[in-house]
Amino acid sequence: MTQPLLQFNDKGIYCAAGDFYIDPWRPVDRAVITHAHSDHAYWGHKHYLAHSLSREVLYYRLGEISLETLDYEQETLINGVKVSFYPAGHIIGSAQVRVEYKGEVWVASGDYKLEDDGLSTPFVPVKCHTFISECTFGMPIYKWQPQQKIYDDMNQWWKSNAAEGRTTFIAGYSLGKAQRILQGLDLSIGKVYLHGVIANTNEALERNGIHLPEAQRVTPELVRESARGGLVICPPSAVGSIWMRRFPAVSFGYCSGWMSIRGAKKRRAADRGFVLSDHADWEGLITAIKATECESVCLTHGSTASFSRYLREQGFDAYEANTQYGLEEEENNETILEEKG
Amino acid sequence: MKDFAKLFADLDETNKTNEKIRILKAYFMYVPDADKINTLALFTGRKPKRQINSTLVKTWAMELSKIPVWLFEESYQVVGDLGETIALLLPEPEGSQDKSLTEWIAEINNLASLKEEERKLWLVSSWAVMDRQERFVFNKILTGSFRVGVSQSLIVKALADISGLDASVLTHRIMGNWDPLHFSFHDLMQEQDASDDISRPYPFCLAYPIQETSTQVKSAEEMELALGNPEAWQAEWKWDGIRAQAIYRDKEIFIWSRGEDLVTDKFPELHRFMMDLPDGTVLDGEAICFSGECPLPFNVLQTRIGRKNLTKKILTESPMAFIAYDCLEYQGDDIRSMPLKYRRSILEKLHAESPHQDIFRLSAIVGFSNWKDLYALRLQSRENVAEGFMLKRIESVYQTGRKRGDWWKWKVDPLSVDAVMIYAQKGHGRRADLYSDYTFAVWDGDKLVPFAKAYSGLTDKEMSQVDQYVKRNTLEKFGPVRTVKPGLVFEIGFEGINQSSRHKSGVSLRFPRILRWRHDKKIEDADHIEVLRALLG
Repeated sequence: MTQPLLQFNDKGIYCAAGDFYIDPWRPVDRAVITHAHSDHAYWGHKHYLAHSLSREVLYYRLGEISLETLDYEQETLINGVKVSFYPAGHIIGSAQVRVEYKGEVWVASGDYKLEDDGLSTPFVPVKCHTFISECTFGMPIYKWQPQQKIYDDMNQWWKSNAAEGRTTFIAGYSLGKAQRILQGLDLSIGKVYLHGVIANTNEALERNGIHLPEAQRVTPELVRESARGGLVICPPSAVGSIWMRRFPAVSFGYCSGWMSIRGAKKRRAADRGFVLSDHADWEGLITAIKATECESVCLTHGSTASFSRYLREQGFDAYEANTQYGLEEEENNETILEEKG
Repeated sequence: MKDFAKLFADLDETNKTNEKIRILKAYFMYVPDADKINTLALFTGRKPKRQINSTLVKTWAMELSKIPVWLFEESYQVVGDLGETIALLLPEPEGSQDKSLTEWIAEINNLASLKEEERKLWLVSSWAVMDRQERFVFNKILTGSFRVGVSQSLIVKALADISGLDASVLTHRIMGNWDPLHFSFHDLMQEQDASDDISRPYPFCLAYPIQETSTQVKSAEEMELALGNPEAWQAEWKWDGIRAQAIYRDKEIFIWSRGEDLVTDKFPELHRFMMDLPDGTVLDGEAICFSGECPLPFNVLQTRIGRKNLTKKILTESPMAFIAYDCLEYQGDDIRSMPLKYRRSILEKLHAESPHQDIFRLSAIVGFSNWKDLYALRLQSRENVAEGFMLKRIESVYQTGRKRGDWWKWKVDPLSVDAVMIYAQKGHGRRADLYSDYTFAVWDGDKLVPFAKAYSGLTDKEMSQVDQYVKRNTLEKFGPVRTVKPGLVFEIGFEGINQSSRHKSGVSLRFPRILRWRHDKKIEDADHIEVLRALLG
């Protein structure tokens, strides 16, 4: 029996025919990267291939790496295996990796969502024989509302905080979520400030030609009192820090798909939880998988056990793979929101 | 219902006490009086009777959500709350509703006269017009699992601010037997108490703990510093029974537990002594099992609490007495504002006149002249079948609720063993989707035998670390329970231990909880079953 086109080993998703890895978590010679989040783009590979819109963020996060980039639907050959990127809609520059060899097509999704967030290139289903999919939110309890609804709630909350002289904080992962929050804010309410990590990320994206709304970086010189009525976007790791406590009358909200469950929200002791996710919800996952018209689905991370069982009961050939994706968020509570939400 | 659902959501979204009071006040000023009293009833645990059992609610929700039973169950495991799981899984609403909370509660009460198919039709069409938050709150009310993260004192504070009535007066008025159908908001807010409820208890005066855990033992010197002159204090043993208020008014008796349950029928042994009290007497004390002159451990009482029928056997094996420690009403007068020493003299008089000395017992005053002596005596609590001491300021009034300063409980340090975590399960509420409920084991030879379950005692951070350990070290899954590779050692504290044929280990513990995570110990260092057996005495 010939070996499968893509297989899972202790380093990542391996293509033997092309001798390359997709999103490897241990150092390899040749890595194809779906997107720049840290559980997919690790440091230490000899050579990287990623989407062109990931370029500057990868340099910012990983330093001087050997990087080659492709645009969406542009094809390259690696040892005779055809490799191309298709939009995954997860964050700016996120891609599904299409791999074709001797007429067989596999697609590795990385992380994805179906809703057009207005920033990342919208998800495109790619026909394939085997679809390697994430299922972070692969339970029927996860159903997202349109992002505009969430933005409206967010702005309304900011407005009432501003009226009471509070400083509003919204926590969301620095790459992806932070830009979505920034985009959704009604800038007529007040001034927007960015945590340094987010400001750096935005600058990297701007070097990549992405245009983002204007916001002020929080520097040590900033008079904190002047931020009253304003809104600060920060990464979840900054919540509760001395950095945050130096601002006056703080009210803070978390932005994550996990916020759809009351217990998770309470645990974070946030004043508000906004259910805004960069991952597909239950319906989204099913729609995406059906659209690939695939014969097999392989689930890499998230609710893999329940979701694969459900898919099998629906007649799919679905199975779980053991990967390190989404694992980093288990390291501590903070990073849960950093990666997944 | 929209207002009520919003109230619930708003309260959920803040952790600040003042903000919660502000939200409650805004709500109470806005909604009609009928909704006010219904809200108060719900917030003080007076739920409408459950008319549809949760199994049926679940079954019908599953039909509507069109997912297999196992997936529903797994979703429930993640969410950790049935009402919320259903609210998340139901299909999108087809319309909206604007019935008031009072109208919905009336509909729920009316279900009693409907057939099962009619109830189903009602429930399905009700869900169809509610949004997610409304469904969640509605499900909680419907399934009788309504609980709110707001203490009764906050609601009372909000109402007191609005009405100008004193908070302790309101606290008293909302005690006891009332339901929103027969007690109106107007009745509650009268200048003069409008209630003719002779059963109504007084709010219990509650004590603050001197120390929370074994790691913060207070020395005699610290006690001296904190409480000052011993002569200002009255010490009594802290009894391990059920806190109860015994009421005799208009030739009727009522016994209330601390949780505001009417438990008169559970303690027939106490009826005679109460009937022989002077009319208009209310006593605060402990309902407790006694044998001869000796109180029995709590587990003896526990065996009879849950029983519907008190058989002759139970009455013989676990005879009750009442240890009185305070008198709140005498000759029909509320004497709570009199100093403790006065109330005590009344209590002693009532006791001396009672022909039922074997049932009506006085909580003896433990004499001490300095804190060192009391500290030493406290170490003998277990021999005295007590949990430690109660310390009461002699000049103090009988406070409403938990107030710092006049009443302290100084409990004996818990018993403890070092144990290994071997099973884990996801929790509920704020511990939802976290492996936070654990089973612990001690060594029996070279095997680990489970002996206790516990969940409280860890910080959020520790809980999430243990959660990760569980996820990475799962050996087997049995439904929601995971067998975990033994690796983590915890110090488990408990109040008492008894022989048990129902448990593998042969023992059952009273109030087991995690005292701390012993990072410094390997599983080989955990205790052996012999240590527990030795504690059985």
